[in-house]
Amino acid sequence: MSGKTTGYFLRRSPWPCNLLGPLHMRRISANASCRCSSSEPTKQGNSVKISQFIPAAESKHDWVGPPHRLSNLRPIIYHIPENETELEKQLRTLRQETEDWNHAFWTNQNITFNKEKDAFVLSQLKEKGLTERDEKGRKRALNSEEMAVFYKHFLDENCIRHANYNKDWYRRNFTITLLMGRVAFHSVWRTLAERRGWKKGGPTT
Amino acid sequence: MRHLKCACAVCLTGSDSHAQTRSKWRLATCEEDIREPALCYKNMYKSTCSRLTGLVGVSVNQKLFGRNAIRNHKSARSLLQMSRRDPSQWIHHLNFLKRQYVMRSNNALYQRAKPKQTAILTVLEDHRDDGMDSQIRQVPTIDHVPMVTDVTPQPETTTTNMTATPVSSPVSTVVALAVLKPPSSKTVSPPQTKVVSSAAESGTEMLEVPHVQVESDEAREARLERQWKELKVDLAELPDVYAKLSKIKLTALVVWTAAAGFAMAPVPFDPATFFLASLGTGLASCTANSINQYFEVPFDSNMNRTKNRPLVRGQISPLHAVGFALVCGVPGITLLTLAVNPLTGALGALNIFLYTCCYTPLKRLSIINTWVGAVVGAIPPIMGWTAATGALDPGALLLGGFLYCWQFPHFNALSWNLREDYSRGGYRMMSVTHPGMCKRVALRHSLGLIGLSALGPVLDVTTWTFPLVSLPINLYISYLAFRFYQKGDRSSARKLFFCSLWHLPMLLLLALTCKKSRTDKEGVAKTSSLAPAPLPLAVQN
Repeated sequence: MSGKTTGYFLRRSPWPCNLLGPLHMRRISANASCRCSSSEPTKQGNSVKISQFIPAAESKHDWVGPPHRLSNLRPIIYHIPENETELEKQLRTLRQETEDWNHAFWTNQNITFNKEKDAFVLSQLKEKGLTERDEKGRKRALNSEEMAVFYKHFLDENCIRHANYNKDWYRRNFTITLLMGRVAFHSVWRTLAERRGWKKGGPTT
Repeated sequence: MRHLKCACAVCLTGSDSHAQTRSKWRLATCEEDIREPALCYKNMYKSTCSRLTGLVGVSVNQKLFGRNAIRNHKSARSLLQMSRRDPSQWIHHLNFLKRQYVMRSNNALYQRAKPKQTAILTVLEDHRDDGMDSQIRQVPTIDHVPMVTDVTPQPETTTTNMTATPVSSPVSTVVALAVLKPPSSKTVSPPQTKVVSSAAESGTEMLEVPHVQVESDEAREARLERQWKELKVDLAELPDVYAKLSKIKLTALVVWTAAAGFAMAPVPFDPATFFLASLGTGLASCTANSINQYFEVPFDSNMNRTKNRPLVRGQISPLHAVGFALVCGVPGITLLTLAVNPLTGALGALNIFLYTCCYTPLKRLSIINTWVGAVVGAIPPIMGWTAATGALDPGALLLGGFLYCWQFPHFNALSWNLREDYSRGGYRMMSVTHPGMCKRVALRHSLGLIGLSALGPVLDVTTWTFPLVSLPINLYISYLAFRFYQKGDRSSARKLFFCSLWHLPMLLLLALTCKKSRTDKEGVAKTSSLAPAPLPLAVQN
């Protein structure tokens, strides 16, 4: 690793993250909440999400799509049952919002990563006195040791952002799973209650 | 007929249970959910996916995937037809994938989830469309966002790729699809054949890919639309899903280490306890792996190695995964605590906690995660030993020490070639943040294995032949670790990783064969049947 590349980035410690640093990506949360939960599947086809897929009307399940080309996350179209309870609606809303929030974060992450990587490669090539493309017209690239400097820098730079995302994601994941558990429990309870009511009401009719 | 398997980065690592699934003939679910029958060629380094598994998998898959079985059959037939027609061309197309992913995995590509440069041999049959009964489909490095394929060539990798890839891929071109949409496919096919033939002709290096977009927007939309799947539990797929969720191959290795720990304990061998301890450990491992995947869904989506996990693909819901984890974990730990002994149960619970609540979050916070992970790996043999003896003897700690030391060359080598993915995914691994330390630690611990082997006779765990017979393999892995330390390149990392995969089972096996025979007061001269005579190489006392 040349001195130039190491000089490009500094810092070395096992705990570079200051976990008590400024919290939250309000910007991203705000973005996500703007695209929050609409019940119509057509609204999924906004400028960020490419697919305009609309599931068949008789389908009673959620639909999961291919990975998005920027965020690599798979969009889900949630099925809305006719007699959706308040709890189910809350769950669906939360899942949709989390999905949007996740999507925004990863899109931003991937785009930033690739932009910065490009910039890094260009700067290193310039320092070496090389052009972006070689004589055959192919893009020049750096070897993995040189790239490793960039990878390290990217991690260090985004340490706090990643830590905050992590915290948020865990919290959301837990909440969603708990809600799913409650919804599942209630629907089982409801089914049992209906069956019991039918059995009681059966002989009399 | 050449056995086809799936091309994906996982095979580079070979460590994930995903690799096992990928070794089967897999319909419609390679890399992403494509509904057309897709037979993928897998990059077979020395991966643990075996052809036999694949053959078995074919028959199993045909039974399990009922509705796909017909397509399976059709596509297999078409493939045969194609191979008969022009076998050399066919092999050409497949050959270009050889070692391709080694280079590709370093590319800065957004769309990791799509098989960007994985050429999928798509065999399509359409009765309505006479002209197209086979096509080659290549998935692009989609560069709608201003980003192009960036390749970080290693000299030796490049040359390997060069020799192995006579067909250069204009891999950024999307070719072929929509048999189901004949009009658009007809418009697509002429340019597609042009592209393919130019690919065949150019035969140059694959570093640069011309960005020729062949697929029309409608065709792409149609293709994306077909990839939407209904989220309902498919019972036929559940065993496979559970296998992936529990990382069945890793679990098997963990159970093997626990079994070795049990067998090495200097007590009479009790088959019932052995079985229960193995089962309990396996269940605990399933739990830990499921919870790990449950936590890591968005991260797994963005890394090539893990993007085909069940939760990422939406095959089951998060609640289902947690339910599965509980169904495995509660009986597993209960079994260990009640049927084996409380110490083993406690160790099992501790291990689950360490893995899910310490290692998994720490992966994104600090490089200390690797050391925690090494402890997690060291606990199963200790559990096996305590299951047999009921006590934490030095022998147990020695076996745990083997696993602990082994973990570093294994994981550091693995993570070396995944640096870009780790960086983009926000994982703090030594290989990214402290590359020098990464190599040093791998070397140090490989040498440590030699020292630990010498402790075997000292602690009365093995006879003195063990350090001798294990010396060759320990020296070999140390040598590879030294090469990795010196060169620090992809191929040395890969060699070290694959060596570690066979080194550990071999080491434990040798330890078993050199187990010290137990002479107790009742005059039992030999231990159980699990201690066969030492290898002929060893000099007898």
